[in-house]
Amino acid sequence: MPLLNLTLKVWRQENANTEGRIETYEAKEIPTSASFLEMIDIVNERIIKEGGEPIHFDHDCREGICGMCSMTINGVPHSKERGITTCQLHMRKFSDGDTIWIEPFRANAFPVVKDLVTDRSSFDRIIGAGGYISVRTGSAPDAHAIQIPKPDADAAFDAAACIGCGACVAACKNASAMLFVSAKASHLNHLPQGQAEKDQRVLGMVKQMDQEGFGNCTNQFECEAVCPKEISADHIAKLNRDYLTASARSSVS
Amino acid sequence: MSATSCSLCAFVKSSIGRKIIVALTGLALVLFLASHLAGNLLVFAGQEAFDEYAAFLHNLLHGAGVWIARLGLLTCFIVHIWFTILLTKENKTARPKYAHEATVQAPRSSRLMIWSGLTILAFIIFHILHFTVRTDAELAKLGAESPWKMVILAFQNPLVVIFYLISMTLLCSHLGHGVASIFQTLGLRSKKTAGPIKLISKAYALIIYLGFISIPLAILLFGFGCETCK
Amino acid sequence: MNLDSKVPKGPLADKWKSHKMDSKLINPANKRKFKIIVVGSGLAGGSAAATLSELGYQVDCFCYQDSPRRAHSIAAQGGINAAKNYQNDGDSVHRLFYDTIKGGDFRSREANVHRLAEVSTEIIDQCVAQGVPFAREYGGLLDNRSFGGAQVKRTFYARGQTGQQLLIGCYQALEKEIAKGGVTMHPRTEMLDLVVVDGQAKGIVVRNLVTGKVSSHAADAVILATGGYGNVFYLSTNAMGCNVMAAFRAHKRGAYMANPCYTQIHPTCIPVSGDYQSKLTLMSESLRNDGRIWVPKSKEDAAAIREGKKSATDIPEDERDYYLERKYPSFGNLCPRDIASRAAKECCDEGRGVASTGLGVFLDFADAIARDGEDAIRARYGNLFQMYEKISGDDPYTQPMQIYPAVHYTMGGLWVDYNLMSNLPGLHVLGEANFSDHGANRLGASALMQGLADGYFVIPSTIAVYLAKQTPGSVTTDHPEFKKTENTVKDRLKSLMEIKGNKSVDTFHRELGLLIWDKCGMARDKEGLQHALKRIPEIRQEFWTNLRIPGSANGLNVELEKAGRVADFIDFAEVLCHDALNREESCGGHFRSEHQFTEADTEVQDGTTQAGEAKRHDDQYQYVAAWEHTEPGTPPILHKEELIYEEVQPSIRSYK
Repeated sequence: MPLLNLTLKVWRQENANTEGRIETYEAKEIPTSASFLEMIDIVNERIIKEGGEPIHFDHDCREGICGMCSMTINGVPHSKERGITTCQLHMRKFSDGDTIWIEPFRANAFPVVKDLVTDRSSFDRIIGAGGYISVRTGSAPDAHAIQIPKPDADAAFDAAACIGCGACVAACKNASAMLFVSAKASHLNHLPQGQAEKDQRVLGMVKQMDQEGFGNCTNQFECEAVCPKEISADHIAKLNRDYLTASARSSVS
Repeated sequence: MSATSCSLCAFVKSSIGRKIIVALTGLALVLFLASHLAGNLLVFAGQEAFDEYAAFLHNLLHGAGVWIARLGLLTCFIVHIWFTILLTKENKTARPKYAHEATVQAPRSSRLMIWSGLTILAFIIFHILHFTVRTDAELAKLGAESPWKMVILAFQNPLVVIFYLISMTLLCSHLGHGVASIFQTLGLRSKKTAGPIKLISKAYALIIYLGFISIPLAILLFGFGCETCK
Repeated sequence: MNLDSKVPKGPLADKWKSHKMDSKLINPANKRKFKIIVVGSGLAGGSAAATLSELGYQVDCFCYQDSPRRAHSIAAQGGINAAKNYQNDGDSVHRLFYDTIKGGDFRSREANVHRLAEVSTEIIDQCVAQGVPFAREYGGLLDNRSFGGAQVKRTFYARGQTGQQLLIGCYQALEKEIAKGGVTMHPRTEMLDLVVVDGQAKGIVVRNLVTGKVSSHAADAVILATGGYGNVFYLSTNAMGCNVMAAFRAHKRGAYMANPCYTQIHPTCIPVSGDYQSKLTLMSESLRNDGRIWVPKSKEDAAAIREGKKSATDIPEDERDYYLERKYPSFGNLCPRDIASRAAKECCDEGRGVASTGLGVFLDFADAIARDGEDAIRARYGNLFQMYEKISGDDPYTQPMQIYPAVHYTMGGLWVDYNLMSNLPGLHVLGEANFSDHGANRLGASALMQGLADGYFVIPSTIAVYLAKQTPGSVTTDHPEFKKTENTVKDRLKSLMEIKGNKSVDTFHRELGLLIWDKCGMARDKEGLQHALKRIPEIRQEFWTNLRIPGSANGLNVELEKAGRVADFIDFAEVLCHDALNREESCGGHFRSEHQFTEADTEVQDGTTQAGEAKRHDDQYQYVAAWEHTEPGTPPILHKEELIYEEVQPSIRSYK
């Protein structure tokens, strides 16, 4: 099996209150069939052996769905490969002798917890501000009571594919959360069940998003380029439209 | 405070609300550019047509028309710039820098918006002093007699023409991203309209660019109108 | 001691209804005085926390992830079963009940399974109302597909990410309750012990993973919804963080661990590629609809493929062994999970495996592509092929896929009665963490169903049975038992940190996993299990003397987190092996090589089944094995819950 020798430039930071810095590690003899996270596992094993503290990073399912892994690889969240999360990146995409820059997702709304681990709880609070349909358990009508045209269901699904990883924020020059918020709102706003709370949802989520300190969208679409689920920035347009109408309606009624 | 004004306040304070304001004022300015260009191109129709058009503008609504337009434009400008600066300041503070920065697909024009915008602002100040306030005595004298002659004379100066060219290039860049952004921010972009919007935006920017630079270039390089102005 | 399952009296179909009617209620004004702790925020925990809060209880919810939305329920691909009969193909609650009981190889509790089938329909209603974007037909109605072990189409799905869509629905409900103040969420917080006061579960001790702070939380009842223990095998399709700690801590405090030997091995996963491998990726079972599974007939060909001297396409048709089609002509490549997994293992044990490690078989789409065209196959499996290509680097359109079985789900778990309460009063266990509904084997698309049934519909009603007898707030963290438990936790953390040996946690975990996979994996026998039971204490001994954890306990320290989990996996592995050793029969996910049909059996001679199939011993083992923890060095104590079948007649599972 081909082996790679790499140089890693990794962001190390003790905790949220300390300054971070880039440290250099030699990653020797990395199998090309290893995943990127397994490469860090290997490096960490060696760091531990040598008495150091391993590089901390978030990860869990390692199959591209939990949204936990969050690294910027050579300046691009989840790497420049399209449609994948960091855990789905494999070392065969790199060449022997490469230098790889590994940094946490950067946004003031995602403060660093340690090394590459960030606090993305701002996303949870945005959901709490309206990203739901209020339906008390057990009070739902039969699932077939409302038909949903397939195109609407499909559009809702495209938005619902979001895994809440935050790559959109990390890729945005302004650390804007518009792709995330628009996907979450768009999912529910596309469905008949989501209509009753639509205005309240959009106004609430956007207000919370602003309070969390995310930047503003400047329509550069870096977000959709790095989204592991390839969610379209068209949802941002829909959010803008829904926000405009919700604001107008709430102004007159 | 009434509920209405509260909702409005929230709108103006929100990120999307501010962007919509920037988009709407931008739209007004974009549309103004089209009418401005149409009027300017009358230069090629000759002195009589152009001067008549200038006189028409100045006499609209007994002279009030031009002032209403100026005030409207000025408001759009100030609002557009004010909110853009607010948004940009927020954007700059929202994210620490990466040690290794990279861009995937954001076009250069989109990354230069604030700089192209500020250059255009500088240009507009110059442009107004140049052709509206007419700080240059010779141009002022000529302008009173015939705006057409004033334009021809003004573009004899290569420095002026170069500044115009640079500014128009940046305007073109600003519009290339700006026009498409208007659609996006106002929520008019979708899977189906995304392609046409991109095309319209690029085409519009190019038309405005070619239209505006055609006048100074024709005058300086091809000597258009010069036989009559001296 | 025989365990009392507290199954209500009366006809099976009426039990749940009448139980709800007969159970005590708690009036709304009193509900808000009760505090309930929920550990875990997946489908079971998240839905329970949200629903209990809606009802008015005060809920404290804990998860080790940074957000409740990331629990591993999110990774479920296939779908969720419900007896809606929207397809008009003859489905009913009774049929779903029967399929689940049969799929579980007649080792589950009838009343629980029937209740599961009953509430399955309400789950779909609830999820649709929440905005879960299930697949729909052009008419706007919900679509269904069929899944293993069923002859009707009753599986609701959302592309390949049903788990994530259901979890988001429940996470959104949870966030709504958090914002309203009904639920206090504690993310990045791990339960390290259960607090038992006067024989009742009254709280937990947790560690804040970011600050390292150890603290206590008291409540009137504790709910564990902490998932399965598949990671005892180190490599599995579970998330890296999945662990048995919460359940095992409860076990050490008195809760019985039931049927741990029932572990499900999924046949279609991407094979291991090296020792650095951290997890295994599941490829949807649906691939077996069009893919043909084979290995070379000769060991020489297999060796040549392993060494890269030959490729799959070099093997002529008559040199290939399509072993599933050969052994199970009527079900062929679509035979159930346990059978397909074991058959793959047999081929590899014979030396006919194909991946570089020798542990892999081919899943070949060449015939399907030739028959239906590449475009049709792309339309059906495009995303799966892409996923395979990303991981393996091979193009499955031109080369057959290589697959191998991997640990996927664990049917065993903490013992619970009909009210989902363990033998330890006050402690309730939901979802994969309990043992209750799947018997010895779980059918596809039933895990999501069980998690949500437990969380949305069962526990909100049955917890009142316990709470009605409690005085709210009677125990607070001032009770000395909390301080005591907290100190135990702190001491344990301290001793882990102080080992200062030479080996990393993962080294031990890998070693344990290999041992358990080898001796207590797809096939088990007495000798192997006894060997494992001898090795485990040695691993434990080395772990506690030669482990190295860098850094400190005051702050984020993943090595320390992993160490605590692996320490419990080591102890748990012993219970697992004891259970497997005790169960002298083969059923579902538990296959004892000594107990299989042979040519000498009449059932083989009369064609009911065939040689090599699992052989149950209903006369001796038709019971739930619930293990009581004892001090290290002594085997756990067995308690039995006899399984009484009133409605169904246990029979031989045959897929010939």
